[in-house]
Amino acid sequence: MKMRLALLMVSLVVASLLGACAAPQPWVKPYERERLADPIMQFSRDALSDKHREHVRVVREGARGATGVQGGGCGCN
Amino acid sequence: MDATSLRLTCLVGGVLAAGAADAVTLPEDQAEAMVHVYSGGGVTASGPALLVRKSLADRVSMSASYYLDMVSNASIDVVTTASPYRERRDQVDVGVDYAVRDALITLSTSSSKEPDYTAGSVNIDVSQEVFGGMTTVTLGYTRGTDKVGKKGYGFIDNAKHWQYRFGVTQILTPRWLASANVEAISDDGFLGSPYRVARVFGAAVPERNPRTRSSRAIKLRTIGDIGDGPTRAAVRAEYRYFWDTWAIKAHTAEFGYSRYFGDAWLADAFVRFYTQQHALFYSDNALTETAYVSRNRQLSSFNSVGLGAKLSRSFGRVQGKYEVKANLSYELVRFKFHDFTDSRTNSPYAFSANVLQVYATASF
Repeated sequence: MKMRLALLMVSLVVASLLGACAAPQPWVKPYERERLADPIMQFSRDALSDKHREHVRVVREGARGATGVQGGGCGCN
Repeated sequence: MDATSLRLTCLVGGVLAAGAADAVTLPEDQAEAMVHVYSGGGVTASGPALLVRKSLADRVSMSASYYLDMVSNASIDVVTTASPYRERRDQVDVGVDYAVRDALITLSTSSSKEPDYTAGSVNIDVSQEVFGGMTTVTLGYTRGTDKVGKKGYGFIDNAKHWQYRFGVTQILTPRWLASANVEAISDDGFLGSPYRVARVFGAAVPERNPRTRSSRAIKLRTIGDIGDGPTRAAVRAEYRYFWDTWAIKAHTAEFGYSRYFGDAWLADAFVRFYTQQHALFYSDNALTETAYVSRNRQLSSFNSVGLGAKLSRSFGRVQGKYEVKANLSYELVRFKFHDFTDSRTNSPYAFSANVLQVYATASF
């Protein structure tokens, strides 16, 4: 009996947890993303310009990486 | 399970449940042509760069770029310990992007050649949109191999690099987004210059660097639309923290502002602050004998401040054809070294650099 009660309790807790997992829903709908699509809202706009600036920095600074740009650049001097 | 873990579990569950969104879009077809100039501290590096990107069958986008650096080097290291020189570096990158449902898979390769240094790498990046397109998760890996040479000796050594990166970009509101990126890089091999000298008890000796290095970097970025009515404008802020096994620690902060003037003109302004603490084995003039010693300015304690501006002029989109833009970008950077002495003046070294870009882009 005790075992059954414990099982029931566990089932109820798991069910309530799963129920809570229905949220959250995406709160910015695709039709609300017009401003986000503007070029001024992009972290990286022109690939060649970013590549040059990144190269200028990486050959002079000790820090590197996590630039958010795809690809690894080159280990050149 | 405490409240925090429950919330976390729910968020992950919700994100996975909302995974089915519209298919990801390929980067648009583009051509870019640029002339770039870096001038500062006795070094001038300039040249052209080209990029072409073209999609095939709505699923695949291919890109190729070429980048040339013509370098004239009379930096403080060169004028105080060797003779000024000129050299050329050619870099070619080729990539292919493949769109599968909400994911974009990018394979690319890069090759750079100098008379005494070649570097090659292969990259794979996967970008996946989740949570109704509000969240983008990226994963990337790079494997690089360099050959290190010395004039008169040919190629004498090599270096290998492994890069692992992970990023998340999140739409927060219809006008605000943020991203977090982390990257771990490991190097193995010859990680210095065969020409550079260190100073020990005032005497010049060849530098000695460790043959391994491992670094971590984390970068947080946010960008927000602050336009009102017909005025379109945005502000952004970025911060990166870097640390490695050579005991270098660095902070980078950048702030930018972008604003349209009418439909044709777009202006950007930014300021960037960088500061780092020197590597464990860096010394301006070592007064003890150690296994490793370097007087490479890149590993010293220094800070830099960059102030930049960019102006873009759009010549409009020709219906069903292309849009052409002309761009001019300039940055003034001031470097100030704390423990690198200019032996000509016996004071800490400092210099200013100019970074100029003139380029045209065409989107199809």
